[in-house]
Amino acid sequence: MLMRIVLPVVVLVAIVLPLATSGWDAFLTLVWAKALPVLGIILLLQAGQVSFGHAMFFATGAYTAGFVIRAIPGGEIVIALAAAIGASVVAGLLVGVFVVRYRYIFFAMFNLAFSMVFYSLLEKFIHITGGSDGLSIPRPEILGQAMERSEYEFVLYYLALALLVICLYGVHRFLDSPLGHTLKAIKTNETRIEYLGLSPRRVLLIAYIISAFLAGLGGALVAVFQGIATPEYAYWVRSGEFVFVAILGGTGNVFGALAGSFVYEYIRVTATAYVGDTWQLTLGLVLLVIILFAPSGLVGVLNDIRGYLGKGRREPTPSGGKQPSGKTEKQRGEEQ
Amino acid sequence: MTALISAKDLAISFGGVIAAEGVSLDVFEDDHLAIIGPNGAGKTTFLNICTGYLKPSAGSVTFQGRSILGSSPRAITRMGIARAFQIPQLFTEQTVLENMLIAAASQARRFAPFTPLMQIPERKEAEHILELVGCDDVSDRPASELPEGKRKLVDIALALALKPKVLLMDEPTSGVASSEKFDIMDTLIGALREQQVTSVFVEHDMEMVSRYANRVAVWNAGHIQSQGTPEDVLQDPEVVRTVIGV
Repeated sequence: MLMRIVLPVVVLVAIVLPLATSGWDAFLTLVWAKALPVLGIILLLQAGQVSFGHAMFFATGAYTAGFVIRAIPGGEIVIALAAAIGASVVAGLLVGVFVVRYRYIFFAMFNLAFSMVFYSLLEKFIHITGGSDGLSIPRPEILGQAMERSEYEFVLYYLALALLVICLYGVHRFLDSPLGHTLKAIKTNETRIEYLGLSPRRVLLIAYIISAFLAGLGGALVAVFQGIATPEYAYWVRSGEFVFVAILGGTGNVFGALAGSFVYEYIRVTATAYVGDTWQLTLGLVLLVIILFAPSGLVGVLNDIRGYLGKGRREPTPSGGKQPSGKTEKQRGEEQ
Repeated sequence: MTALISAKDLAISFGGVIAAEGVSLDVFEDDHLAIIGPNGAGKTTFLNICTGYLKPSAGSVTFQGRSILGSSPRAITRMGIARAFQIPQLFTEQTVLENMLIAAASQARRFAPFTPLMQIPERKEAEHILELVGCDDVSDRPASELPEGKRKLVDIALALALKPKVLLMDEPTSGVASSEKFDIMDTLIGALREQQVTSVFVEHDMEMVSRYANRVAVWNAGHIQSQGTPEDVLQDPEVVRTVIGV
């Protein structure tokens, strides 16, 4: 239902919105861009693995786009985004080969460790990265066209929207494929995967590289929109933010990335306007409410409402739609 | 007759416990070989060695004449040796059919990223195997909700979906109500015959052994004490005294 009805409606509203009103496009461009790394986190969560280091790929994409735009006279956003994706995929492969050997807290912590090393490199290599001041990124051309700021932001809004929709659909289809189902199976029984003749590590590595790709693309879009890439992009708080948004939106469905990203940005912007520096307090309270009353996130709430109204079959979601026993075969074996 | 699996002079021990010492055992095509013996004798260890989970300290194991020692469980699975477990190993958050289709897709190496699992060409075959083992009525249920008997059968069905040449089963009816045991084994052996799969099963129930095995190996204290047809082996006074305990 979400893919067939909600996505077209959201896309339609998103297409019309900048034409009908003003003041939303900058906010929403960031929502679209930041939903991408969250989508990557949701992908890994299907295998029961959480990364507290995906900001490193976000920063990889951002800095790569920055370097490319600065290196090419006039810059070209298409080349910059392609380079950002390429760099993120390579980084995802290099880090992934190592971290997919580990699970749960070790997986999370190794990701965190790698990202903090990367953060330090960005901070210390001042001559290359600009240090803590960051890398300023001139406005690139779009398909050879140099644009004024308002025109550029208008086009970037639609570019980010289109890329997000493609990625949402792509990840949705991937999760429905045999490989996607095998990824979900990692959460409950890796032993059986081995005895089906498959490598759980390899399956997780593929998902990890895709998640790095998504984070890198998101980072590049944010960087070219804001015109700057800073080491803060790789900082652990940013990684935590992606996980926060994934939980907020709901990890059982790709739409959790979109819903979470929208609500997070909205609360952040609104709370900053009213309570200034204590906006994190508001976010914390919202997360508490979500964890206590809607552990399957905003998308889970949507499903619950739909189920309550009896207007359709509840969509199976790993965390919210179904209510599995929560026990793996290994745990059952231990109990026996 | 050439052996499908041939183990020669296997030795392995865990601490002071000898699980195998100079064990040689062949599994021939179309065999339904039962391995019996007291608890802790080393029966499951044999399955673990044949599937690459354990490596013996001495000896050799070949499958169709090719050494499989040092190969990983997944490499051995791909060669044609599948395994069903004493505690069923299922994907508990997925439905029975999804479990089967993951296995079928793995066998067919069907990993195109955008083909829905439910639409893979192997679906009919997977559903047929579920029907063969009598689990077609639970195909839409999450694996976590199945009763133990069905879980065992689905575990075996997953192994069959891999189209193995040999299926190794560890106590296929343990934990199953006595009233269901023979039905399950009837179904299972029927499915194995239809799929022309050779089987090796570890079993404690002598009635099951005499009814379903065509060969029996008695594993005791790390040695093969006796092997042959069920009629001969189960009436061997030494086997009766040390293993069957009557």
